[in-house]
Amino acid sequence: MSSAAPSPAPTARASRSDAVFHWAFRVLALAPVVLIVSLGVELYHASLASRHAFGWGFLTGSAWDPVFDHFGAWPFIFGTLVTTAVALVLAVPFGVGTAVFLAEVAPLWLRRPIGYLVELSVAIPSVVYGLWGIFVVVPWLQQTVEPWLGQAFAWLPLFQGAPYGLGFLAAGLVLSMMVTPFVVSLAREAISSVPRSQAEAAYALGSTRWEVVSRVVLPGARSGIWGGVLLAVGRALGETMAVTMLIGNRPAVSSSLFAPGYTLASVIANEFTEATTRVYTSALIEIGLILFGITLLVNLVARIFLYRMNRPLGGTA
Amino acid sequence: MSRRHALRRKLTGRLMLGLCALCAGVVLAPLLLLLYYVVRQGAAGLNWAFFTQLPAPPGASGGGMANAIVGTLELLGIAFVLGVPLGLAGGIYVSELANERLVLAVRFAADVLNGIPTIVTGIFVYTLVVVRMHRFSALAGGLALAIVMLPVVLRASDEVLRLVPHSYREAALALGATRWRVVRDIILRAAKGGLVGAALLGVARVAGETAPLLLTALGSSQWGVKLDQPVASLTMQIYAYAIAPYDDWHRQAWAGALTLIAIIVLTSALARAWVGRRA
Repeated sequence: MSSAAPSPAPTARASRSDAVFHWAFRVLALAPVVLIVSLGVELYHASLASRHAFGWGFLTGSAWDPVFDHFGAWPFIFGTLVTTAVALVLAVPFGVGTAVFLAEVAPLWLRRPIGYLVELSVAIPSVVYGLWGIFVVVPWLQQTVEPWLGQAFAWLPLFQGAPYGLGFLAAGLVLSMMVTPFVVSLAREAISSVPRSQAEAAYALGSTRWEVVSRVVLPGARSGIWGGVLLAVGRALGETMAVTMLIGNRPAVSSSLFAPGYTLASVIANEFTEATTRVYTSALIEIGLILFGITLLVNLVARIFLYRMNRPLGGTA
Repeated sequence: MSRRHALRRKLTGRLMLGLCALCAGVVLAPLLLLLYYVVRQGAAGLNWAFFTQLPAPPGASGGGMANAIVGTLELLGIAFVLGVPLGLAGGIYVSELANERLVLAVRFAADVLNGIPTIVTGIFVYTLVVVRMHRFSALAGGLALAIVMLPVVLRASDEVLRLVPHSYREAALALGATRWRVVRDIILRAAKGGLVGAALLGVARVAGETAPLLLTALGSSQWGVKLDQPVASLTMQIYAYAIAPYDDWHRQAWAGALTLIAIIVLTSALARAWVGRRA
């Protein structure tokens, strides 16, 4: 600092530039808030034509007919819920199990490379998961897994019909791969935030390692694990490319996981630039609005859980 | 009875922890398989033409993704210019100019924004820019990526800045420096490396984005870097080639995937190195 030593009392000019600086940064920093609000407002306005034409019935209607401009979002909502459910049913148990393994069981030299791999899997683009899904997972499902499931669980409505390969199962499976790392890394963080003294106290009382994990560590990490699960739900709901490439893209509601379907995100990706009429585009934007609303809600709740985890332990422990 | 009880507890423990190890195996195996496929198929698909030529017409073999590689770099450049300053400003504000409530609100909003599906961001930029300009453009694509990048850079720079020892700020303030001087002359200098890392982290996060680009940059099979024209990207090209019925396009899709992952891994490694250097 080569300028003259600042006088003890700030000069008027210095304090004014300080105020300008402060306000400028405050305005810039509010960008995320402004963006979330304007996203909602913009989507709401741009979906006007569709909201007028179909009203609340849009949510439950299952027609998707670009020729006669008649649109309903139910097949997409259904597909989004089914793929998310398949993904979570797999991701939560395996993810939490992996987190316990990493935090409590794995030898120290193994923890770092595995942790790095899990991080890497978040960085792999969705479109690459989709590519791999098309050429590796789908043929495997079609030739091996689906015929077997169809025979072994013939009585279950979930596994009926011809093995297409492309469908809810393929999309859900690859989706589970994509969201598991969120469960793993947040569960791991939550587990390591449980005070070691509590685990040691349980050991001192004669607990086995598993008893410590299941009765002390996991309950203590509950809030963080729930946060991770909800973040994974949010990701699964909005995941676009991999699902678009694997789900078969047919707006149909089916009880079988083998059947092709469609999701909110994938219909937007697939049809948006080809929408020919104003109502068509507007209906796709309303689908975006639905997706925005659901994921906003899920993320709000997830973040509340996670902020609670990071707060120092209160009376609830 | 107590001995049997103890044995059962021990066996249950072994079994459950063994299952946890199994879980880790099940989670990691497909991931390793995916990486194996991308490297094997991708390396087999790479050749000189891939990096230097335009896409071949549908069905014809040969050609490459040169325009898509350039397009990806252009889009990342635009996103960097638009997104990084805003993200850094937010990070600086949140970590340095504390007003407890507002800080919490901005952090919270950034985290929530980070969870909004990027395709929704794509629609937003479509209605905001594409509709008004009456055309898809590189600018719109870059803007969409900038919005996706913003919360990542904000939170990362926030964390980096919080690593600067508190005593630095107190010392400067005690000498009579204004807040602005403290940030400019002390904090930014101390955290320079980390901030570069935060910016690179943002780039790595959006380099693999496809969905928002489909609605904004559209894609293209031509050369071109004009800001107001549609532009290609590696991700969109991989998508188009993967779902097309031609073997040679599939080969190039794998090559594109390998190239893309290489760009992302390199950028994140660089980001990590800068953050680690701190100072």
